Amino acid sequence: MNVVVCLKQVPGTTEVKIDPQTNTLIRQGIENIINPLDSYALEEGVRIRERYGGKVTAISMGPPQAEEMLKEAISLGADGAVLLSDRDFAGADTWATAGTLAAGVRKLQQTDIVICGRQTLDGDTGQVGPEVAEMLGIPFVAYVSRIEEMAEGYIRVQRMVEDGHEIIESPLPAVITVVKEINTPRLPSLRGIAMSKRTVIPTWTAGELDIEQDKIGLAGSATRVVKIFFPQRDCQAEILQGDPESQAERLVSKLKEAGLV
Amino acid sequence: MEHFLNDDQKTIKGLARRIAEERILPVRAELDEKEEFPWAIMKDLAEADMFRIFIPEEYEGLGGGCLGLCLVVEELSRICSGVAVSYAASALGCFILMDYGSDAQKQQYLPDIAAGKRLTAFALTEPTAGSDASAIRTTAEKVDGGYVLNGTKQFITNGGEAEIYTVIALTDKSRGARGASAFLVEKDTPGFSFGKKEKKMGIRASSTSELVFRNCLVSEENLIGKEGMGFIMTMKLLDRSRPGIGAQALGLAQGALEATVDYARQRVQFGHPIIAQPVVQDMLADMAIHVEAARALVYAAARTVDSEVKSFTEESAMAKVFASDVAMKVATDAVQICGGAGYMKDYPIEKMMRDAKITQIYEGSNQVLRNAIAIELRKRKARTE
Repeated sequence: MNVVVCLKQVPGTTEVKIDPQTNTLIRQGIENIINPLDSYALEEGVRIRERYGGKVTAISMGPPQAEEMLKEAISLGADGAVLLSDRDFAGADTWATAGTLAAGVRKLQQTDIVICGRQTLDGDTGQVGPEVAEMLGIPFVAYVSRIEEMAEGYIRVQRMVEDGHEIIESPLPAVITVVKEINTPRLPSLRGIAMSKRTVIPTWTAGELDIEQDKIGLAGSATRVVKIFFPQRDCQAEILQGDPESQAERLVSKLKEAGLV
Repeated sequence: MEHFLNDDQKTIKGLARRIAEERILPVRAELDEKEEFPWAIMKDLAEADMFRIFIPEEYEGLGGGCLGLCLVVEELSRICSGVAVSYAASALGCFILMDYGSDAQKQQYLPDIAAGKRLTAFALTEPTAGSDASAIRTTAEKVDGGYVLNGTKQFITNGGEAEIYTVIALTDKSRGARGASAFLVEKDTPGFSFGKKEKKMGIRASSTSELVFRNCLVSEENLIGKEGMGFIMTMKLLDRSRPGIGAQALGLAQGALEATVDYARQRVQFGHPIIAQPVVQDMLADMAIHVEAARALVYAAARTVDSEVKSFTEESAMAKVFASDVAMKVATDAVQICGGAGYMKDYPIEKMMRDAKITQIYEGSNQVLRNAIAIELRKRKARTE
C-alpha cells in the first residue's frame, strides 16, 4: 500500500498569545510539534506498511522550518517526506491548503490511501481532510477509529459516531481522518533518528505543482481573517452586605431584576 | 556540567529520558506496588532500539558501548530503578557471549537480543556463593552430545522472564574456580525450571528468581569459549558491567535530588519555602555535589571500559562503589528533607530510598569491591619496588 500522511507543524501548546498589532500568533519561544492528531495518522500509516508492505510518505505544506517536523516523521517510521513550501502558499485557508496538498498528492502518484488527523491543534477546523478528498475526487471517511481490513482497491474501517461505531467499506484510493482512539503512536527509534539525519527532504514550490496561481495562498482562499482577538470578559462582582436574611432577600430581588429566576 | 557527549550519545540520552518520562513515570508506583515485570516498557525500549546500543554493529546493534548503555540506564533509573535494572540485566546476560562466544553463537543469539525480542540473564549466585563466586556448586557434567547441568542458582535478575541465560557451572569440581565454565541455556530447555520468585525491598518491578537445573542437557555448542574459563570470564564481565550499576545509582540519585528540590520549593513552613532554610540548602548542595561527582566518575569509568585499556577492575569498582554510596546517601537525605511526605507512598521518594540499597549490594558488595581496589593498590606498589 502506498500511504500518504498529511502533517502540520503546530505550536506545542494551547496557551498561545496573539500580537494585538498584527493579529497573528506569537510563535517566538514556542516549540513546534507535529499536530498531535496527525501523529496518530502517521502511526496508522506506518502500521499499514508493517501489515501490508508498501511505503509511507509524509507531506506537509508550511514554512521551511517544517522540514524539522518531516525529519521527525522519518524517525517515527515514514519512508520519505516532501515539503510543499513557497511564499505564495502563505495565508492559505483550509480550502487553499487542501488544494495545495491535493496537488502534492497527485504529484506523488499511485497513492492508495491518504491519512490525516481529525483536526489540528491550532486551526481546529477539521476541514482539510475532507477537502483534500473532494479535490482529489475520491471517497472520504472521517473519524476512523480502526482499520479492519485493506486489500487491492478496498478498505473496511470502523468510524466513531456519537452513539457507537459504524463499519464502512470504501473503494481505494480514499482519504480518511483518524481519531486518537485508533492507536498509540510509537516513540522514535535510534535507527529512525539516524535515518532522519541522513534523509534530505525535497521541497516542492508552487511552480512544481500542477495548480493555478489563483488557487493557492491568500489569493486562493475563500475566507479572510479579519481579526483575531480574545473575547472581552466583562465581569463585575458585587458583594452583598448585611445579615444572612437580608443578603438572601437582596440576592433574590437582584436575580429577579436580571430575569434569571 | 559538560561531559562532552557526542551527538549520538546525546540522542540516546534524550530518547531514554523521553521513554522514562512518557512511559515509565505514569506506571512506576503501580509496578512497584504489584511487583509486576514491566513487559510493556521492555517493548517500548525494544522498538526504540535501546537493546541495540550495547550490541556490536555486526550483530545488528548500534555499538554504543559501555557509555551508551550507562546513559540509558541512568535516564531510566532517574524515574525507576526497577525498570532500569531489568533492561541492564539483558546486557549483563549477553556480555560473556559477546566477548567469548563463537561467531556462530553470536549470529544465533545477538540479533534477537539487539532487537529486544529476547531478554537475557546472567546466572552466577547460588545459596553458597555470593561474593565468594568460587564457591558455586552447580555442575555441568560432560556426556555424549553435550553437558548435563545440575544445581540451583538464586537471586537471578530477569529470572523467569529472560529467554537466554548465561549460566556458570563447574565442569571440573576438583579444580574449584578453575573448573568453572559458561553455558548458554534457553528458557524452554528440558530439566531447566524456575523456583521461587523473590519478594524484595526495592527494585520491585524487576524479577528475581531461582533457577533450577535437574539433569538439564545442553549441547556442546552451548559452551561459551573453553572449559575452565568461566570464572575468569565472570570477573571480566563484572569489571565491564559495574559502571552500569554506577549509572543505575547515579540516575536514582539524580531523580531523588530533583524530586527533593521540587518539594523543598513548594513546602512552606514558618512562612517560607523550606528551600530558603540554610540547613536544607546545605543538604541539597551536598546532594548535588555528590551526584555530579558520581556522574563524572561513572562516565569516566565507562569510557575506560570502551577504550583500549585492557584491565579496569579498579576504575569500574570505584564508579560502582562511589555512585551507589551516593545514591543511598542522597535518597536517605531526600526522605529526610521531604519529612512525612518523603516517608509516604504517595510520593516517589521512599521508593527511591528502598531502590537505592541494592546498588551497594549486588554485582560485588561495596565492601568486597573496596577490598579489590586495595589489592590493586598493593599490587601496583609491589610492582614498582
